[in-house]
Amino acid sequence: MNPMSSPAAFDSEKMSLSMGPSHPSTHGVLRLQMELDGEIVTKADPIVGHLHRGDEKIAENMTYNQFVPYTDRLDYIAPLANNMAYVIAVEKLCKLEMPPRCQAIRVLTAELARVSSHLLGIGALAIDVGAWSVFLYTFTEREKLYRLFEELTGARFTTSYTRVGGLMRDVPGGWIERVGAFCDQFPPILDESLDLLTRNKIFTDRTQGIGVISREDAIAYGLTGPNLRASGVPLDLRKDKPYSGYETYEFDIPVGTVGDSYDRYLIRAEEIRQSIRIIRQIISNFPGGAWYAEDARRIFAPRKDKILTSMEELIQNFMLVTEGPQVPAGEVYFEAENPKGALGFFIVSKGGGVPWRLKIRAPSFCNLSILPKVCVGAMVSDVVAILGSLDFVMGECDR
Amino acid sequence: MDVFLNLPVLVQVALKGLAVICVMFPIAGACSMAERKVSAWIQSRPGPNRTILPVFRWVPVVGPFLQKLGAFQLAADGLKFLFKEEIVPGQVNRLYFILAPVIAMIPALSTVTFVPFGASIDHAGRVFPLMLANVDVGLLAVFAVASLGIYSIILAGWASNSKYPFLGAMRASAQLVSYELSLTLSVLPVFLWINAPGTAGTMSLAKAVEFQSQAGFWGGAWFIITMPVSALVFIIALFAETNRQPFDMPESESDLVGGFHTEYGAFKWALFFVAEYSNMIVGSGVFVLLFLGGWNPIPWVSLATLAGWLGIAGHPVLVGAISILIFIGKILAMLFFFMWVRWTVPRFRYDQVMEIGWKKLLPLAIANLVVYAIGIALIQK
Repeated sequence: MNPMSSPAAFDSEKMSLSMGPSHPSTHGVLRLQMELDGEIVTKADPIVGHLHRGDEKIAENMTYNQFVPYTDRLDYIAPLANNMAYVIAVEKLCKLEMPPRCQAIRVLTAELARVSSHLLGIGALAIDVGAWSVFLYTFTEREKLYRLFEELTGARFTTSYTRVGGLMRDVPGGWIERVGAFCDQFPPILDESLDLLTRNKIFTDRTQGIGVISREDAIAYGLTGPNLRASGVPLDLRKDKPYSGYETYEFDIPVGTVGDSYDRYLIRAEEIRQSIRIIRQIISNFPGGAWYAEDARRIFAPRKDKILTSMEELIQNFMLVTEGPQVPAGEVYFEAENPKGALGFFIVSKGGGVPWRLKIRAPSFCNLSILPKVCVGAMVSDVVAILGSLDFVMGECDR
Repeated sequence: MDVFLNLPVLVQVALKGLAVICVMFPIAGACSMAERKVSAWIQSRPGPNRTILPVFRWVPVVGPFLQKLGAFQLAADGLKFLFKEEIVPGQVNRLYFILAPVIAMIPALSTVTFVPFGASIDHAGRVFPLMLANVDVGLLAVFAVASLGIYSIILAGWASNSKYPFLGAMRASAQLVSYELSLTLSVLPVFLWINAPGTAGTMSLAKAVEFQSQAGFWGGAWFIITMPVSALVFIIALFAETNRQPFDMPESESDLVGGFHTEYGAFKWALFFVAEYSNMIVGSGVFVLLFLGGWNPIPWVSLATLAGWLGIAGHPVLVGAISILIFIGKILAMLFFFMWVRWTVPRFRYDQVMEIGWKKLLPLAIANLVVYAIGIALIQK
C-alpha cells in the first residue's frame, strides 16, 4: 500500500503531465505523456519519433559503405559498436571471413565503446537521482576514451571506423599501448566513482525496488542487453552466438536478481569491468597480419599507394567508389550485442552495391516499450530514475 | 556611533535596511560563485575562469588571479540578470507572478536584522553583541519571519499556472511545514538550559552565545558538544528548510525541470536565488550562534579571553572586528559544508523526505527535548 494514495472515497481529479520532448531527464527527445494522481503516475505513454530521420529509407539510396556514417547516428554514445554490427551483417551476406587482426581491432573498439556507453549510462542515472559529481567523474574517463577514438578514427564522436570487408585504417603506432595504459589507470577511478553510489543510502532508496521488471515481462517485451540481464535472463549474444572472435575471450555475464533500477546500475558497472577484461586479453595477444579481407577485391578498396601506381588497382577502386561493394543477392539478419542491447540489421540485397531494403532492430526502441508497464504506480521522481536506468538513446530508438 | 544615534529614527531605519541590502546581495552573489567554484573543485574541473574586465588584463598578478577565481564572472552574472528581458509568460497571473519573488526577499532580508553578527567589549569590560535589531524574542522572530518564505514559493507555483511549478510548490509547502516543527523543537533544549527557573526568560541569540563563553568546563563547552542530537536535528531540518540537496524537492531539476521557478527568468529569478542564499546564510548564522559558540574562537576559549591574550581588550573596535571575522569565518565554513553535501549526495524522493521529517526527525527531536528537559530539571534542582 503506497502511503501517498488516497482512499477511494476521495478519488481525486487526475492531472495530465507531458514530460518531454525537451525535459532534462528524458535524455534526448523522448516524450512521456503521463496521467498523475497527485504524484503517483497512473498512466504513462512513451511518444517516440521526434528524432526520426528515416535512416532505413536513406540506406536504400546509397552504397553499403556510404551508410556507415549513418550507423554512427543510431546509438551515438557507442558509434564504434554500431559500425561493427552493421558491417558484420553485410559481410555475412557476402560470406566474408575477416582476418584475426581485423576481428580483434573490431572487438577492441566495440568494447571501448561499451565502456564509454555504460559510463554515460551510469553517470546519467546518477544525475537523474541528483548526484552530479559522479556524472562528471565518469565523463572525465569518457573524455580519455574520446581521445583514443580520435587518434584511431580522426573523429571523437562520429567515428565511421569500419568498412565492408575491413576497417577505415589500421591502428596507429603506439595506440594499443595507450589503450593498455587507459585500462591500467581506469579501474581504480571507476571503483572510486561507483563507491559514491553503490552503498549510498539515498541512492539505494531511490533505485532499489523501483521500476522492477520481472523475468517474464523482460522476455515478453523483447528487452535486450543490460536491461534484460538485470531481470535475470543470462542472454548475451557475445556468448550465445559469438561473432568476430568473441568465443576466444574469457569474460563473465553478470545477471541481476530483482530487475530494478539498482540491478540495472550494478549490471552496467560489472559489464564495464568485464569489457576491460576483454580489452586486456586482446592487448596481451594482439594478432598481426592483414587488417582487411585481402581476397575481397570487389568489396574492399585497394591500398592508396597501389591505386596511384597500378592500373589494376585504379580500376578496382573506381568501380568500388562508383558502384559500391559488390554484394550477392540474398537476405541476412545479424544481431550484435551492443551496449544498449541487441542491435540487429536485416538486409535484403538484389545484388550490386546498394541494399534493396535495410531494417534496423533498435534495442532502445524495444527497451522503451516496457515504460507504460513499469511507470504505473511510481512517483514522478521514480519515473526519472527508471528512465535513467533503462539507458536509452533516442537516435537509435527513432532511427 | 553617537552621530548615528542622533539621526532621526526613520533615517536610521533606512540606513540599516540599505546596509542589509548592500551586504546580503553581494554575499549571495559571492555564494553563487563559491558554489560554482566548490562544485568545480569537488568534480575536479577548473570552473569559471575566463571572464575578465579589459582594464584588469594589464594588471600583472592580481588580474589573472581574480580571473582564475571567477570574480568577474560574478559581476557579469549579476549584470546579466539585470539587463535580461523581463519575460512574463502569457498564462500567468501577472500580479502574483511578479509579487512572489518580492515576497521571497522580505523574510530573507529581514531575518538578517535579528542575527547578532559579532560582539565587542565596552570600557566597563562587559561583552555586548553587535546586531541591527536587538529584540528579546531573538530566535523566535527569526523562525517566525523565515517561515513566511514559504508563501512566496506557493505563490510562485500557483501564479505560474503551469504544471511543473505547481508540483514544485505543492512539494515545497508540505516539506517546509513539516520540517519547521523539528527545527523549532531541536533548539528548545538550548533555551531550557539557558533560562534558569525563576529568572526572566529569553530567546535571545546573543544570550546563547554568552552562555557558551563562560568559564569552566561546562560553561565553555559549545552546545554542539553538550547537545549533539539537537545540533544534528537542527542541521538536517535546516537543509530541508533552505531547499538544499538532498532535500531540494521544490526545485529538483531532474524531474520538475526547475520546480517553482520554472517560468521565471531574469531578475525575478535572481531574487529567488538571492533569497535562497540569504536564507542559507541566516540559517548557518543561527546554527553557529546556537551550537558553534558564535564569535568565540574555539571551545573553552571565549572572545574576552582571546582579547586578553592579544592585549586588545581596551579597543572595542578591534575586538568587534575580530569577533565579526570569527563569526563570518564560521558561517563560511557552514556554507562550504552546505555545498559539499550538495555536490556529494543524491536527492531524496518526495515521500522519503516526508517520511524522514515525520517518522524519524520529529520523534527524535521530541525524545531529545524530553530527555534534556528531565536532565536539566534534575541538574538545576
